[in-house]
Amino acid sequence: MKSAISATPGKPRLTTSAMIASIAAEGQKTKPAPFGHALVELARSRLEVVGLTADLGKYTDLHIFAREFPDRYYQMGMAEQLLYGAASGMAAEGFMPFATTYAVFASRRAYDFIHQTIAEEDRNVKIVCALPGLTSGYGPSHQAAEDLALFRAMPNMTVIDPCDALEIEQIVPAIAAHHGPVYMRLLRGQVPLVLDEYNYQFKLGKASLIRDGREVLIISSGIMTMRALEAAKELAGDGVDAAVLHVPTIKPLDHEAILREAGKPGRLVVVAENHTIIGGLGEAVAALLMRSGVHPAFRQIALPDEFLAAGALPTLHDRYGISTAEVARQIKWWLR
Amino acid sequence: MSTNTLVNAPTLAQRARNIRRNALRMGEVQGQGYIAQALDISDVLAVAYFHAMRYRPEEPTWEDRDRLLLSNGHYAIALYAALIEAGIIPQTELETYGFDESRLPMSGMASYTPGMEMSGGSLGLGLSIAVGMGLGLKRKGSKSRVFTLFSDGELDEGSKWEAMMSAAHHKLDNLIAIIDVNNQQADGPSKQMMGFEPLVDKLEAFGWFVRRVDGNDLDAVVAAFDAASSHPQPQPRVIVADTLMGKGVPFLEQREKNHFIRVEAHEWKLALAELDAGDRS
Repeated sequence: MKSAISATPGKPRLTTSAMIASIAAEGQKTKPAPFGHALVELARSRLEVVGLTADLGKYTDLHIFAREFPDRYYQMGMAEQLLYGAASGMAAEGFMPFATTYAVFASRRAYDFIHQTIAEEDRNVKIVCALPGLTSGYGPSHQAAEDLALFRAMPNMTVIDPCDALEIEQIVPAIAAHHGPVYMRLLRGQVPLVLDEYNYQFKLGKASLIRDGREVLIISSGIMTMRALEAAKELAGDGVDAAVLHVPTIKPLDHEAILREAGKPGRLVVVAENHTIIGGLGEAVAALLMRSGVHPAFRQIALPDEFLAAGALPTLHDRYGISTAEVARQIKWWLR
Repeated sequence: MSTNTLVNAPTLAQRARNIRRNALRMGEVQGQGYIAQALDISDVLAVAYFHAMRYRPEEPTWEDRDRLLLSNGHYAIALYAALIEAGIIPQTELETYGFDESRLPMSGMASYTPGMEMSGGSLGLGLSIAVGMGLGLKRKGSKSRVFTLFSDGELDEGSKWEAMMSAAHHKLDNLIAIIDVNNQQADGPSKQMMGFEPLVDKLEAFGWFVRRVDGNDLDAVVAAFDAASSHPQPQPRVIVADTLMGKGVPFLEQREKNHFIRVEAHEWKLALAELDAGDRS
């Protein structure tokens, strides 16, 4: 039986375990449906772009595309195996399907279909999935804690974990320019805008040093880059100088940038990811460092290897150590 | 039908016999194979490749070809036999079946073989891909059609029924499915593993145009393909072909039915001899 989440003294007790919850903090800058709008923009010039979904158009921001291009939008019903098999068939006919659902359904239910009909045949299908990692309070049915591990393990698959709205807008044309299957984690709805302050530009397969620092190097992807940047500001107030290396492309991994940054002496290396501690960015970086003979002090911030609880996202992010406060607290503890 | 005009073209019966012979020779090369399935489906493949489908042997990826998706990848030996007979794969490659570096692996894969349109093996994939191809062809305004072959055992897979509903929902009149009902799957008779009858009623209820025929009666198979091609309503089509495993080689027809039948080393020659004897009779 699952242990109940106990209220932290002094904090209001949040009660929602809704399926859809915004990951934006109160008052945070956001943009609406960046994926949907970027796909519309792309589709104006790339006539081979089609949109497919399995009864989650509205919840993957594909409804924006559907509104603009109704005849290029295919509703496949609540059938994820069909969704990806059909996407493969359309790609075989020269189209570039963007096929959306939730990350749990693509990675768990449709895995064999993606493996055999898309990855093995190297079909040009873009798999774009909402609710990655722990971005739903609904419980394990909708928490895709293991999606990166599963798709990393699949040959031919490019795997991307974007941080914010700006990056999602940049990723859409970048993955269209790449021929082959791509798995992209999606943030939908009101999506935080973070990287606009850092003069950021996404490049497929490239990591990006967003902030430099002397004492700790945080290597992160997805929303954990947002958390790492917030934590770095908090740490600076405590006199801790933190660097943040953002690694949006989980596969292929940017070996050169990771080895260069992790190889600089005197820094604690912390990999932070919104994913189970098994098989994601942390273990990918650890293996790369070990294979390359680079051995810094190394820690991981990741979700535990357990079925996660239902609850309000802020509560869960605190509990599992991926909130900004928890990231800063853990780093200070390791540096003590 | 191939766009090559053949003078004194062989009859469909001769084509089917040649497909069976190619399959038996591949079985002999490897000493094993899903030969009983290859023999049961040879008549259907003869009609598909020499009566129903448009393709260019010298240009397997010709844009205007009809596509055939082999969902049951273990039937590759049968499809290779047909592709060799159709001139898409050279006869000389038959000797390489199942060997290292061959373009003819035991389970069919699109990335290996000209004329193989999908990577099967994991059963239940083909019809979903066919739905996407059918949608794609319509989007392009293409007149090409998608054929997909799968076996009765695959009806156990839920994905098949997702795709059945979808094909009818999208009115895919360019999709022709063929179900090989040989009543045999890995663990035993298909109907004992998971009952799928009444199959015609089920498929019709799902919105498909259905023809059920003796899959080893060439005239009946031709009529079924013709009916499926000319049916005027905007709905997907399916040919349910009841077949006999080992068809054409009496001692294999009579052998205790198994998914993967044993054929002793000396029996391949015997099987070829029986096939030829049957052809002469």
